[in-house]
Amino acid sequence: MERKQANHNRADAVFRLATGLCASMVFVIMLGILFELYRNSRLSIGQFGFRFLLSSAWNPVTDDFGALSSIFGTLVSTLIAMVLAVPLSLVIALFLVELAPPALSRPVGYAIELLAAIPSIIYGMWGLFVFAPFMSGYVQPALSDSFGFLPLFSGPPMGIGMLSAGIILALMILPYISAVMREVFSMVPAVVKESAFGMGATTWEVTYKVTVRYGLRGLLGASFLGLGRAIGETMAVTFVIGNDHRLGLSLFSPGNTIASTLANEFAEASAPIYLSSLMELGLILFLITFLIQMLAQVWLHRLQKGTGRA
Amino acid sequence: MNKRSKLARAMTDLAMRLVSSLAALVGILALSWIIYEVLDRGAGAMSLAFFTRLPTPPGIGGGGVANALVGTLAMVLLGGVIGVPIGMFAGVYLAEFGQKTRFGDYVRFATNVMMGIPSIIVGLFVYTLLVVSLGHFSGFAGAVSLAIIMIPIVARTTEDMLLLVPNPLRESALALGAPRWKVIVEILFRAAKAGLITGVILAIARVSGETAPLLFTALNSPFWMKSLGQPTANLTVTIFNYAMSPYRDWQKTAWGASLIIMAAVLFLNIVTRLTLREARK
Amino acid sequence: MNKTDFPSLLIPPERFESLGREGAGPGPKNPPRIVVRNLNFFYGRHQALFDNSLEIAANRVTAIIGPSGCGKSTHIRVYNRIYEIYRDQRAQGEVILDRENILAPGVDIIELRRKIGMIFQRPTTFPMSVFENVAYGLRLHYRLNQGEVFDRVEDALKRAVLWDEVKDKLEDSATALSGGQQQRLCIARAIAVEPELLLMDEPTSAIDPVATSKIEDLIESLKQNYTLVIVTHNMQQAARISDFTAFFYEGRIVEFGPTRRIFTKPLEKQTEDYITGRFG
Repeated sequence: MERKQANHNRADAVFRLATGLCASMVFVIMLGILFELYRNSRLSIGQFGFRFLLSSAWNPVTDDFGALSSIFGTLVSTLIAMVLAVPLSLVIALFLVELAPPALSRPVGYAIELLAAIPSIIYGMWGLFVFAPFMSGYVQPALSDSFGFLPLFSGPPMGIGMLSAGIILALMILPYISAVMREVFSMVPAVVKESAFGMGATTWEVTYKVTVRYGLRGLLGASFLGLGRAIGETMAVTFVIGNDHRLGLSLFSPGNTIASTLANEFAEASAPIYLSSLMELGLILFLITFLIQMLAQVWLHRLQKGTGRA
Repeated sequence: MNKRSKLARAMTDLAMRLVSSLAALVGILALSWIIYEVLDRGAGAMSLAFFTRLPTPPGIGGGGVANALVGTLAMVLLGGVIGVPIGMFAGVYLAEFGQKTRFGDYVRFATNVMMGIPSIIVGLFVYTLLVVSLGHFSGFAGAVSLAIIMIPIVARTTEDMLLLVPNPLRESALALGAPRWKVIVEILFRAAKAGLITGVILAIARVSGETAPLLFTALNSPFWMKSLGQPTANLTVTIFNYAMSPYRDWQKTAWGASLIIMAAVLFLNIVTRLTLREARK
Repeated sequence: MNKTDFPSLLIPPERFESLGREGAGPGPKNPPRIVVRNLNFFYGRHQALFDNSLEIAANRVTAIIGPSGCGKSTHIRVYNRIYEIYRDQRAQGEVILDRENILAPGVDIIELRRKIGMIFQRPTTFPMSVFENVAYGLRLHYRLNQGEVFDRVEDALKRAVLWDEVKDKLEDSATALSGGQQQRLCIARAIAVEPELLLMDEPTSAIDPVATSKIEDLIESLKQNYTLVIVTHNMQQAARISDFTAFFYEGRIVEFGPTRRIFTKPLEKQTEDYITGRFG
């Protein structure tokens, strides 16, 4: 039989090199983003310095820019989203893993996952045309009537604003958090749960006292991932937050976030310092999400190494 | 658990069961509400002209989003052509060569970070890279930003799927005298086929609904796409622009475009779910 | 610790061809096909094999037995350098095949692995048709036309005593076959490329008794044309099918010799304890 002759060593080396190059591209792109954002925001960093972070000015006419209102809005809308989404995800995960029969758990779990598949611009459309009128028509008046004495729930019920943005964000990050929480719950060894049941504990007691404590770290890691998503979410927020650079205490008042400011104003920014200030906003957003991702990675990595006990 | 009465404990248990069922219901209701509204409001915009005509100025009516449909398809396709091979190769490196290596750990970390980076940041990056340097917005820049979003997604699913292939299969192909690259391309890819295809389709579904990275790269255009070297019409930016306009008929068009995007994305998601389930059987 | 029946370890490898040995059964027609000298193996810092020295007789079945975790599989995984795909695994020493130390740098690994086939614990059929499974290796190594490929696939399947069972479903997916059939398909795939040696790593551990006896018959018939090394935890199997047996314990070769002697008059206490079922 005639033998085939081929230089497999060289082919293997070329293949390996090609895959290595593609792999390093991911790393290069990450560094490239950091570098480009920094390079383009040098003008703004040089002009405003540290004051950029503390000033709520945003005036394209006088070329005076500060990031405070965008950072504030980002933090507030994210906080609302987290306050709503974390407990909701927790009980949903509990429902799916511990309570629901498999015949119900699978389709319900899938429906929750589909929430993550819906593009954010659809959330924006729904938020602006459906959810905001619903908020101003029913939810906000009710909140004003009951808690109107708090500055948080004062002001005209316009529908759009921080609260609506936060609630929509909560819906968007819910599937991410609950997916990780489901995994954490199913990682708790059956023996541990069974021994608690054996002692006469109810389902909720086993969950609260055993499962949640056992998986505490994982639950925190899941929340971190959701946090990273909420902070950078752009289109849904841009549609409903109202895009106002003023700082307001009321959750009903319109505001903005870093991402919504970028989406709204980038295309019209012409002055170099305006553009550079927007780039610096982008840099701040990148650094925040980078930090959150890094913490989440380290946290979840440690979790995988250990047994998951808190 | 110490001295509380049995009844109180049972009541708490019941209450929490109720609360968690309600929470799941909230999720399902939200999903149904969104889907219903998009179907309901988008259906009004559907017509043959909607898929075949250029957009019209407000008040004239009868226009469509055909150019945006073509532009989105072209950019997603080109984005896939750039992003899928790079992502797959990166995933092959992570699974086959980069286990327990420092470089592999760095890349894996970068991949995870990149999956969590807001897509608008990718838009900014490509703007500085391709729009500023070339002097104009272009569909090509849009496709590149979509590719950058796809790469980490495809890389991670490729790595996960290849790691699911049992080691003895790798070893038996190598033991037969197959070179490493052939084992990966001819045996492992085939063994992981369903998972790999799923990963690619999910990445495509994800980017076809993206808006933020296109705002500063592809921009938008009221005309037919002549080449990807120019600003390119696309569905998502069209939705954004039209929804924010004060014109009723433009808002209706935005709902129609939303329906197309949502139907496509949900369809891709459901189809991949079904094929993966078939493959697992 | 290293007791072997073979004095030839002291003789330079270039003289093996003319070598005859006494009392070892195979006689002068069976010079060693592989000579292992002072093989050490490491998983990272953990040493798994210690100074293994062994000779594998040509056209005979050599069984490697010992309790699990004793290094049996690790040992034969050195012969085709399959361990190399794992970054932290490392071998030291000499494994001589055709006058060449296969552990030396510059060895043609592809050719080495063509010469040495390997069968694994569980069937490792490729995700393709029955026919393509066998043809895959052939096409890797030989330039053949369609007809030649078919003839050789048929021949390999016949030698693996599988042809009659699969001749009507050559285009079906290989994963549809039973476990025992899949394992014989893997053997057919391995012998199709004309190897000289076959390494079998517990080839029947995942297979039912009927299929096991078929594979044991197959091993017996393969002996004429191939040199076989079989790792097994089943001592009855080793006694049934092998000509020589090496007993491994904690990474060392405790005893090596003709199977009949090992099972009737073991020289070492540990070997005796193991084969009489006192441990392991």
